[in-house]
Amino acid sequence: MDEDDIQVLIDGTVGYFHGLVDRTTEIGAPYLMSREQPVVSDYTGIIGIEGARHGLIYFTAPSAMLRHILLAHGEVQATTEIMADIVGEVANTISGNARKHFGSEFEISVPTVHRGPEAAKALYLAERSFLIPISWRQYQAALVVSLRD
Amino acid sequence: MKLLIVDDSKVIRNRIERAVSFRKVKKVMTAANGEEALAVFRQHLPELVTMDITMPKLDGIECTAAMVGLKPDVQILIVSAIADKATAIEALKRGANGFLLKPFTDVQLNDALEMLMRGRSHG
Repeated sequence: MDEDDIQVLIDGTVGYFHGLVDRTTEIGAPYLMSREQPVVSDYTGIIGIEGARHGLIYFTAPSAMLRHILLAHGEVQATTEIMADIVGEVANTISGNARKHFGSEFEISVPTVHRGPEAAKALYLAERSFLIPISWRQYQAALVVSLRD
Repeated sequence: MKLLIVDDSKVIRNRIERAVSFRKVKKVMTAANGEEALAVFRQHLPELVTMDITMPKLDGIECTAAMVGLKPDVQILIVSAIADKATAIEALKRGANGFLLKPFTDVQLNDALEMLMRGRSHG
């Protein structure tokens, strides 16, 4: 992955949160995440990537932030099922939008969703994974990009 | 007019159902994957469909082609996050009438559906 690839996913994350959710959401500078200690929050939506590149992209967020995203969709229910649904949908939307840059060989799977720290066991990370920090009020979420060329 | 909303996300199905503001739409049905969508489609033969692409069991492009085979005048709006041109073109070739990229606003959704109902493609 090069800088342009990461920038595409940063732009996609900015576009999703500023366009749909809340312009006060801050998207931070990406950094290399430890493979041994992956960052996971209350809910994690994982998209598998196949084709010209292999690996995964995941979005992980605390419940409070997911409730805020749900409200942006007009959804007042915040059951466990709905929280799992939206965390997968965010991961799917940002990954799908990235195909504008990566092309149709950037094949994305349907999301798989995990609750809590157990998500870390489902992550087959590449040697280098980039974490894009997402902050809203006092809450922290992240988009993690872990791809092999 | 009957509308079928096909998306594996319940949040998005609910969102589209709430957003659609046409008096012409008298009945709304939903499905969470392509197989379920085809079963509902065969039973009710809706005039209008919103279709996700990335779904379990049967994807939205295959499902679109099957629906057009059953009812050639159905109007299908692809509502998907997949943003590459090749996929949009493939969807249109297989019978979709328009393409709306996620994330979308309620206004964008209604505009796209209105154009389809007037028999014009959108994308």
